[in-house]
Amino acid sequence: MIVVEVMPKPELLDPAGKATLGAIGRLGQTAVEGVRIGKRFELTVDGPVTPEVLAEVRALADDLLSNSVIEDVVSIHLASSEDLLDELDEGASGETR
Amino acid sequence: MSRVGVVTFPGSLDDRDAQRAIRIAGAEAVPLWHADHDLQGVDAVVLPGGFSYGDYLRCGAIAAQARIMREVIDRANAGMPVLGICNGFQILVESHLLPGGLIRNDHGSFVCRDQRLRVENADTVWTSDFEVGEEFVVPLKNGEGGYIASEETLRELEGEGRVVFRYVDVNPNGSMNDIAGITNARGNVVGLMPHPEHAVEPGFGPDTDAAMRSGVDGLRLFRSALDSLLARV
Repeated sequence: MIVVEVMPKPELLDPAGKATLGAIGRLGQTAVEGVRIGKRFELTVDGPVTPEVLAEVRALADDLLSNSVIEDVVSIHLASSEDLLDELDEGASGETR
Repeated sequence: MSRVGVVTFPGSLDDRDAQRAIRIAGAEAVPLWHADHDLQGVDAVVLPGGFSYGDYLRCGAIAAQARIMREVIDRANAGMPVLGICNGFQILVESHLLPGGLIRNDHGSFVCRDQRLRVENADTVWTSDFEVGEEFVVPLKNGEGGYIASEETLRELEGEGRVVFRYVDVNPNGSMNDIAGITNARGNVVGLMPHPEHAVEPGFGPDTDAAMRSGVDGLRLFRSALDSLLARV
């Protein structure tokens, strides 16, 4: 599985993120000072992820999944490395327990 | 009689109002379906308001890939008049027929109001019956109508007089430079967030000083296009 992550451009106002930040504030949470909301696309492919497939996904990410006027494609990666990230997170939370 | 097509996408809302506006303006309204690839020889096309594809992905992004849009884009690039209203404007920017983008209103809320606009360019196909500087009122209703563009694009739009309509009194959605509508370099493609098709018939338009709901200024966009088409013949 290929994961594509798209975020609103940092210089643009993200009203959805701003509204969420307001809700966080009302919960009494003070450590969070900013929220931005983006999108994560999970693309499943038929067969192995070849360089050709990745190139196609990159083009799709630029042409359809994001609009370069208002958004940036911040990441395109295989889900396997995402799994690795999850494991790292679990390890980190294990330490704090 | 001129024939003006109105494309219906899944989730279009204002297609029938647009058809009605075209008929009241004196042309034949031709319903077009998003999955067709035949514009049926129409002289102009209106992309109506609504929530095509439920605003999935981005407003207008999926509609921009609809089959009929290939032909709309080709004909628009060849000079056919195209008007995008609200979601239609969003489809035009996603189709790259117009520059910039439309994002969620800066205040985060859906807004519905009678909106005063100023005409900044009376040379487009859709504004030829107006005078520059003239003001008029039509309804506006959107959640993602904030016009944005890069500094370079904004400079280009302003420098070339391609801002067609600007919000007056209130900027309802945080649009840069109070931009309500823009045109392409040729002046045949115009997109705007407010809804001229909802101000075409006494009894159903915005209030005016003369009488409640008597505003019919929106009709003039459609009349402009018909006059331009007749002048071309």
